[in-house]
Amino acid sequence: MAEQALSNENTLTEGFAGIAEDWSADKQAFHVPWGKAMMWIFLLSDTFIFSCFLTGYMHVRMNTTVAWPFPSEVFALTVFGAHIPLILIAIMTFILISSSGTMAMAVNFGYRKNRKVTAALMAATALFGLSFVGMQAFEWTKLIEEGVRPWGNPFGAAQFGSAFFMITGFHGLHVSIGVIYLSVVAFKVYRGDFDRADNYEAVEIAGLYWHFVDLVWVFIFAFFYLW
Amino acid sequence: MAYVALADREQELSHPHSFLTKYIWSQDHKVIAIQYGLTAIAVGVVALILSVMMRLQLGFPDTFSLIHPSEYYQFVTMHGMIMVIYLLTALFLGGFGNYLIPLMVGARDMVFPYLNMLSYWFYLVSVIILMSSFFVTGGPTGAGWTLYPPQAIMQGTPGADAGIILMLVSLAVFIIAFTMGGLNYVTTVLQARTRGMTLMRMPLSVWGIFTATVLGLLAFPALLVSAIMMAFDKILGTSFFMPAIISLGEQTEYMGGSPVLFQHLFWFFGHPEVYIVALPAFGIVSDLLSTHARKNIFGYRMMVWAIVGIGGLSFIVWAHHMYVSGMNPYFGFFFATTTLIIAVPTAIKVYNWVLTLWQGDIHLTVPMLFAIAFIFTFIHGGLTGIFLGNVVVDLPLSDTYFVIAHFHMVMGVSPILVVFGAIYHWYPKMTGRMYNERLGQAHFWMTFLGTYSIYLPMHYLGFLGVPRRYYAYEGIEFIPQSAIELNAAITIAAIIVALTQIIFFVNMTWSLFKGKKADPNPWGSASLEWQTPDTPPIHGNWGPELPTVYRWAYDYSVPGADKDFISQDTAPSDTAPETNT
Ligand code: HEM
Ligand SMILES: [Cu+2]
Repeated sequence: MAEQALSNENTLTEGFAGIAEDWSADKQAFHVPWGKAMMWIFLLSDTFIFSCFLTGYMHVRMNTTVAWPFPSEVFALTVFGAHIPLILIAIMTFILISSSGTMAMAVNFGYRKNRKVTAALMAATALFGLSFVGMQAFEWTKLIEEGVRPWGNPFGAAQFGSAFFMITGFHGLHVSIGVIYLSVVAFKVYRGDFDRADNYEAVEIAGLYWHFVDLVWVFIFAFFYLW
Repeated sequence: MAYVALADREQELSHPHSFLTKYIWSQDHKVIAIQYGLTAIAVGVVALILSVMMRLQLGFPDTFSLIHPSEYYQFVTMHGMIMVIYLLTALFLGGFGNYLIPLMVGARDMVFPYLNMLSYWFYLVSVIILMSSFFVTGGPTGAGWTLYPPQAIMQGTPGADAGIILMLVSLAVFIIAFTMGGLNYVTTVLQARTRGMTLMRMPLSVWGIFTATVLGLLAFPALLVSAIMMAFDKILGTSFFMPAIISLGEQTEYMGGSPVLFQHLFWFFGHPEVYIVALPAFGIVSDLLSTHARKNIFGYRMMVWAIVGIGGLSFIVWAHHMYVSGMNPYFGFFFATTTLIIAVPTAIKVYNWVLTLWQGDIHLTVPMLFAIAFIFTFIHGGLTGIFLGNVVVDLPLSDTYFVIAHFHMVMGVSPILVVFGAIYHWYPKMTGRMYNERLGQAHFWMTFLGTYSIYLPMHYLGFLGVPRRYYAYEGIEFIPQSAIELNAAITIAAIIVALTQIIFFVNMTWSLFKGKKADPNPWGSASLEWQTPDTPPIHGNWGPELPTVYRWAYDYSVPGADKDFISQDTAPSDTAPETNT
């Protein structure tokens, strides 16, 4: 046992035996860098935050005394005279999902140590994120102009506005932080920091965060706009 | 890309030079631990003083009119919140977690020292915000530590203006601080152990702190969310938790919210929180018992699984705090069942502690006394918990002094006894000096017997139906005169216990300068933190090379070995054959 524990090789066993072996090994439980492990754990914790928000929202929605506004009406937009429900949010969702695509490509080019393309793709991701936040600001303005406030709105239950601003706001904050975070990492990539360290881990870690923020959006979208 | 583990790779450490970077803006986990510990103990003293003020009011309502009814509520609230979160959570995880994890798993520091430092400073900010609420108009919130809406944010509750907002902000900042620290603790345990330190060779202290941190990372989100929602209700006038309600004769603007939602969110955090302070205590006490009884811990694997199992179960019992909130009776049945199931792993742990002592070579040192006392108070509080876990028994006892007695026994006195035991136990390592044995013994006996005389009579008061969170009891018919006199006796005991702590502080301060120089390993402990080349350990903990671990942390009194313990870093060939398989 002692000798076995001393060996430094990361021999990989498949399947359940492999899991058990990893967990009972010394030094580390997962064969990933510290930063990545930490990001995973953070995201797990963040998942609980969003789950609490969404369960809270569902709970108030099912318990209000006044009827809940009809989302596809409230979130409709009149474009060129046509009244299209959920159009803005569909575009926003599309943009955010596309940004996950560019992010995944950035990670891929990071693996290949392609400095310029990685930086460009990350910058594109950040720009997508920025346009998402911009459209969200537009959506907020529109709703505020129509009289939707956290404490009440003309369409129905007051909790609609409360939950809407709170949850999309909290998610929008995540996206905004993500945009800053991605820009910083993209800049470092461009400057060649990771070439010198011969290590593009940071790109992948930023990617994890970004994909998470995307995934959360899918849930918010489903529970808030489609329900 | 092949990943190189910590043990095989050079770690960059910060190299502080000035006093400021060494002791104030330090990134060394040991300094951060001590900063956390001292801050936590300082707020703990505030909470203790508050409790004495409350007791004076309850024991001698006419003699001491120190506080008014609204202040009583504020003190109850601040006392409860500080004790649970700002003292115990911070001390066990930020204090002991920081100090012990890297030393016990054989790392040079936490994985992200800078984040670790930030964690402490955020914690300090949260404490300052909390304390500032004593000085704003209206004072701190008097909503009770559970902060139940609607009353928490309605006019008429003390501190309903600034106090409650400061409380919510402080909690949010605390949660950020905890998250930064907690990510570090978990990642360090999972990813930065030294050569040979498998998960199943870690001392139980690390297991307890690790599991508690995981619980914290998953439970604090619920508190954060409820704090945000309540702040919105208060500041923006939303109605998440607020039903239509008449306040001071006027219809408020609130409408259609759900107070029960807050209770669910709060207790989804609140119950795991109990285990956030209990699991580190479980772990530490196991190590104290084993070391000072010179015997290996009984059923190590079972202990680990019990810690993990209790941690998991603690997420599905929360509504046992809500039996009187008007839940569907089937929910009550479910939560009573899960609550009683959690008693099984808990009981396993208690049996194992007792069996560890069985036929051990027990040294009644001060840490050992505290550890043994913990077994008493914990069994006591655990048994009353089984009463309260049953719906029919809980209904009449709910919100009486029986509940006060129960949770003070199980999550007040028990963890605090372990905190004291742990401080005495690791004091020689942290300071390089021994504490004064006599003062330590005096401190122990007065604290132990004193707290028992505070809380034992409270069970009886609870059976009489004496309600909790009351400022005075005169003129309530069903409360007999004898109960009022009992209250006076409890207050005297509380004052004695509070004053006893002066002995502790004197001992700690005096020994810091004048104490006997300590041996590097005065208890003959097998775990890694005692094997550091320097005492107190210096920045970087280990000399040029990290230690290699060959065995578990409990090789005491191994037959055939030359000493009565074999340290974890002793290679098998050096002494008797390895015992852990
Ligand atoms: C000598 C030590 C202590 C004394 C004398 C003491 C005394 C008190 C008193 C008088 C109350 C108010 C009872 C009421 O009117 O409802 C109280 C409540 C409470 N105490 Fe302690 N206590 C002590 C230590 C602790 C510790 C170590 C904890 C840590 C868990 C703790 C946690 C609480 C909590 C959570 C409450 C409930 C607050 C509320 O109702 O909102 N106490 N304590
Ligand atoms: Cu509970």
